[in-house]
Amino acid sequence: MNLKHQPMQAMPGWLNHSLMAVLFSVLVVWLLGITSAVQAAQAANTANSASAMAGAVTGTSAGNRGADYWRQVTRGESGYSTHRHDEAGVLINRSGEDWRLLRNDTIKTYGAWALGVTLVGLVLVYLLFGANKLDSPRSGRTVERWKRVDRYLHWTVAGLFIVLTITGLSILYGRHFLPELMGKGAFGSYMSLGKLLHNYLGVLFAILLVIMLVKWLANNLPTITDIQWFLQGGGMIKGKHPHAGYMNGGEKLWFWVLFLGGVVLMLSGLVLDFPAYFDNRDDFQLANLFHAVSALVLICGATAHAYIGSVGTEGALEGMTTGQVDETWAKQHHDLWYEQIKTDASEDKAND
Amino acid sequence: MARMKFLCDSERCIECNGCVTACKNEHEVEWGVNRRRVVTINDGEPNEVSLSVACMHCTDAPCMAVCPVDCFYQTDDGIVLHDKDACIGCGYCLFACPFGAPQFPQEGAFGDRGKMDKCTFCAGGPEEDHSVAEREKYGRNRIAEGKLPLCAEMCSTKALLAGDANDVSDIYRERIIARGSNKGAWGQNLAYNAAGRKR
Repeated sequence: MNLKHQPMQAMPGWLNHSLMAVLFSVLVVWLLGITSAVQAAQAANTANSASAMAGAVTGTSAGNRGADYWRQVTRGESGYSTHRHDEAGVLINRSGEDWRLLRNDTIKTYGAWALGVTLVGLVLVYLLFGANKLDSPRSGRTVERWKRVDRYLHWTVAGLFIVLTITGLSILYGRHFLPELMGKGAFGSYMSLGKLLHNYLGVLFAILLVIMLVKWLANNLPTITDIQWFLQGGGMIKGKHPHAGYMNGGEKLWFWVLFLGGVVLMLSGLVLDFPAYFDNRDDFQLANLFHAVSALVLICGATAHAYIGSVGTEGALEGMTTGQVDETWAKQHHDLWYEQIKTDASEDKAND
Repeated sequence: MARMKFLCDSERCIECNGCVTACKNEHEVEWGVNRRRVVTINDGEPNEVSLSVACMHCTDAPCMAVCPVDCFYQTDDGIVLHDKDACIGCGYCLFACPFGAPQFPQEGAFGDRGKMDKCTFCAGGPEEDHSVAEREKYGRNRIAEGKLPLCAEMCSTKALLAGDANDVSDIYRERIIARGSNKGAWGQNLAYNAAGRKR
């Protein structure tokens, strides 16, 4: 992988550091926004069904099953059927309509907004504030930040995430523009392949994500330093960098978003992956909603993460590509970690 | 223009499963898939009622609205059909359908869903009428032959009615009048709601 550092345009110092603060506040607002929107829609649906139920005709017509019978049927009461599959005895199931409204109206709408605002927001942040540049020239000396195994893990998970994002978003939004774009036949083949890739690579992604989260967990436990880091706006105020260890507060926030979102994403994805073992429509509906929401949150988060880790911060990407970062970068962004490794190194020397 | 509908008269259905058998045989539907089923509510009790149910060919069809590959289409007669070549077996139509109509053979590895199969109102699929491909994927196209669905044609008590909505309603209304009942339980003008198609 040849991802070389790109030189950035000069920007006023105080502007450079507001980048992180803006990104994180925007990210948090989206997370809250998506969650509350889904909840609101769910509440509205429940209210609607309740009022519809209350308005149902009561009483039985003479000589017929009448309203009581049909009320049972529309409430999804299960009867007997010679067919033995799950739900065969249910004549009318209302939950499908709730799922449809939540997926098609709520999630698709707010998801599109979240994705759009993320992209536009990042472009605006870059145009207005520019990259977070190194304060002083590069020292030319480097320190190791990410070991080979960490980097391979990171890029494999990232690559799989991109494939899953493309195929997943195609499943959610593809039908609205892809058939016109690539032709109906090609769209069909693409979606068949996409579904297979999504189902199989998803399992691989889940396994690797678990390994990555467990491996990096110790580095991401919140400390008092992180609270100070956030209180100082991630170093965007007055251009002064708050203290940070190996991982700063922002990186830890992304880790925990990935952790919580990832757990929901994986569990719901596994339910959807194995229809034979979850023969219940309600499970699939719920899994599908959780899967879509967590995926959209993570896609927005990963996009912001990719920006901050590449063009957004001078000298950051090389840590994940070559494993080495410049000492100037280490001092600027992770001063406590830098001091620690220097102390360790001199102690090692003294012991020798 | 006709608007095709199914109507099952709950006073007549005797749960013989003749419609299920007729459908299965006519279309040679594969193992594990049943396009039509009979459900008995309050089975074994004095007020037991049976109904035959399959795809109701909704005006605002939920399956159509949620399909990620947009493989559904509605004919001029209001029959909801789908393209099995486009279907990816995701199961979303089943999640959304209130009648449990979409069926999936277990085809892929790990019990993955195969291509969806459902009642076609005996109207085949997007392939050429009476072609071998249409027969193999969707079963017989009786509508193109000028015939109505076999389940209703073969119903021993004529509980299951299929055809143009007006004709079906007329037959049912006559029965209601003859029975001297004020039962108004045939309100399936729209199987879902009157708001028309949504996104």
